[in-house]
Amino acid sequence: MTKKISIDPITRLEGHGKIEIFLDDSGNVKNAYLQVPELRGFEQFCIDRPVEELPRITPRICGVCPMAHHMASTKTVDAVYHVKPTPTAVKLRNLVYDAYIMEDHLLHFFFLGGPDFVVTPSAPPEERNILGVISKVGLETGKKVIETRKKIREIVIHLSGRIIHPVSGLPGGVSKGLIEEKRIEFLKYAEDALAFAKETLQIFNDIVLKNDKYLDLIVGDIYKHKTYYMGLVDEKNKVNFYDGKIRVVDPNGKELVKFEAKDYLEHIAEHVEPWSYMKFPFLKAIGWNGFIDGKDSGVYRVAPLARLNASDGMATAIAQAEYEKMYDALGGKPAHNTLAFHWARLIEVMYAAEHMFELLKDKGITSDDIRNIPTEVPDEGIGVVEAARGTLFHHYKTDENGIITAVNLIVATVGNAAAMSMSIAKAAQYLIKDGEVNDGLLNMVEMAFRAYDPCLACATHSLPGQMPLEVNIHNSKNEVVKTIRR
Amino acid sequence: MAKPKVALYWCASCGGCDEAVVDLAENILDVVAAVDIILWPIAMDFKYKDIEAMEDGSIAVSFINGAIRTGEQKHIAELLRRKSGLVVAFGSCSSLGGIPALANLTSRRKIFDRSYHNSPTVVNPENIEPKMKASVDGHVLKLPEFFKTVYKLNDVIDVDYYLPGCPPTPELIANAVTAILEGKLPPKGAILSPDKSLCTSCDRNETKPEDVTISKIKRVIDIEVDPEKCFLAQGIICMGPATRDGCGQSCINGNMPCTGCFGPTDSCRDQGAKMIATLGAILEGDDENAVDKVIEGIVDPAGTFYRYAMSASLLGGARKEVENE
Ligand code: SF4
Ligand code: SF4
Repeated sequence: MTKKISIDPITRLEGHGKIEIFLDDSGNVKNAYLQVPELRGFEQFCIDRPVEELPRITPRICGVCPMAHHMASTKTVDAVYHVKPTPTAVKLRNLVYDAYIMEDHLLHFFFLGGPDFVVTPSAPPEERNILGVISKVGLETGKKVIETRKKIREIVIHLSGRIIHPVSGLPGGVSKGLIEEKRIEFLKYAEDALAFAKETLQIFNDIVLKNDKYLDLIVGDIYKHKTYYMGLVDEKNKVNFYDGKIRVVDPNGKELVKFEAKDYLEHIAEHVEPWSYMKFPFLKAIGWNGFIDGKDSGVYRVAPLARLNASDGMATAIAQAEYEKMYDALGGKPAHNTLAFHWARLIEVMYAAEHMFELLKDKGITSDDIRNIPTEVPDEGIGVVEAARGTLFHHYKTDENGIITAVNLIVATVGNAAAMSMSIAKAAQYLIKDGEVNDGLLNMVEMAFRAYDPCLACATHSLPGQMPLEVNIHNSKNEVVKTIRR
Repeated sequence: MAKPKVALYWCASCGGCDEAVVDLAENILDVVAAVDIILWPIAMDFKYKDIEAMEDGSIAVSFINGAIRTGEQKHIAELLRRKSGLVVAFGSCSSLGGIPALANLTSRRKIFDRSYHNSPTVVNPENIEPKMKASVDGHVLKLPEFFKTVYKLNDVIDVDYYLPGCPPTPELIANAVTAILEGKLPPKGAILSPDKSLCTSCDRNETKPEDVTISKIKRVIDIEVDPEKCFLAQGIICMGPATRDGCGQSCINGNMPCTGCFGPTDSCRDQGAKMIATLGAILEGDDENAVDKVIEGIVDPAGTFYRYAMSASLLGGARKEVENE
């Protein structure tokens, strides 16, 4: 007979994600399932739309990272029309993209996932939010977070029309250029952003790394999984968010494969389970062998730590130094510690800030050569970017008028779907022994979960941020005997 | 005096509406101070059971974003309706169906086929599909069922006010909250954004064709877009004439046409019909077949004229009836 524990957002009545844990006869964890109970069907209802509208429709997959979908979609439309964006357009796309990564990562670190760390993992839930963070880091820093995010978002609003659901991407370029006056203004913003990125790493250093208890948590076995890692890299194998080749390294850090976006079907497949609307991607070369880690399992991870693991470094100086520092502290590369995603995220913030600053120093970015009008017949295209939450694939087919006939999406969060289930199972195994459920369970499971910054809005092509959770403990007759909820 | 209790909740949405609230930036701290937010899943912890235990009507206002796709979403909407003095439909999805309601142009079966069988990445030899009740390793796992149709909020509960936009702007949100706090509310059913078309406040309005005619409708991919001139005058469809003002012309500022996310104005609640009429009047040719002429000239009439309003449109309405049979 098995017992079932379910960790459910607001009592099954809501619909955005739940965790079910089953115990064996002796009351130890047998299985854990992360269920995503929603599906919106973008892949189907985008059919019959004009392809150039998809960069303005697909961002509604996720209002937390609309820019990622906008950009992946825009690049896919480039490919569908066989048109290359102008060099200036590429710079402008990179600029808004860096701005997005930076503000999104800051949102996560200070508002959503970071509070676990910054406020302390054992703090009561009502303190683990932005207000708790502000009381810990001080009002001054709190204001700076808000101010910095506001400024970098202004860059996006100026160039892309809107921050939530941007509109500027067109095949062959962008709709709007940057004038010199604005470049100078934004350069100042980028300088402030750079200073704030340094400060944020300092905060992480002071609050987290100097505290042995946190450090033990990060390097401890409980949040560890040896998996494959995936990320976009440039020609020097440095992390790139906007473009490059997709590189996959094995659990020992050895390159398994490096491929171009257009060949993704040869390398990635998706597995379907009857208990979740979310699909589980895996590496075709290895195959799907269930929810397990290790070299023989096709499960791979994406997002900040995975990107750093899959690369040979960062393309900017300060970020590179921080990269080296992190791997020194974690005992080499690849690092398998799920909680180190938070650390890697801040190193990416640093890179985004440095890269933004570089782009804005270049006067060439104000050229008015922002678009190549497509001339070829549209047919099929694949576009890939690194979203804040991992490698994101868009793939469209059209008729000769550019009307969509097929869409396939592998969104960032699902890249970590299998690993998230595994991380949750592992945390549960540590904290549930002989039917005894440790009170810290909910907290630990959430931490494992939030390190990935899962955006289930994306996963269901539906829900962002922090999920309310509930644990129901069922006895063998499926009766609820205990409930823990937050 | 006790602070007014406020709930923010999301149904089938992308989270962009919640992000818009976060974007109130510094202001948000004032709002947090002035009210007692008892429910906001994206940013704060709360207990759902506490809401159930509250007295009816004890929440001053609930802002509900997202469309209604599952029985669970309907259930929560009903619960919040009971517990709240006011309910505000927050954003396009909640007000009109929004982008998720484009799914009303297809079917649940087709969505499943595409997702779990016909996708080129899916490897599914046993033809597995997510099920409401699945048995795995002797464990029973349940998923909620979807409605076949995407509904807007006022299809399932009574709504007091509407905040338009995909998402609404932080300014409009702040205005709405202030109006509620000060008790300075418009009549029930009001849409909390100026009741005039986007064109009236658009910088390009001067070049908008009135007596002028355009010969052909163009796609934004085909031409270099003039950053000063009215989109309609350039032959590009801009939903400005049929769309409510209030966004600050965001897309126009990005040198892209309006796609209509603020929904219609009071005078013409059918956004698509209004836009078709506008185009009919400025397209060259005889007036008799104006509507056909417009439809012919456009590659995706449904997705262009009702991109955010499918749950409110006659097209979406027809689907609802079919599916409910
Ligand atoms: S049609 Fe569009 S561009 Fe022209 S005035 Fe109206 S909103 Fe402005
Ligand atoms: S211009 Fe139109 S589509 Fe764009 S934000 Fe305004 S109302 Fe929405």
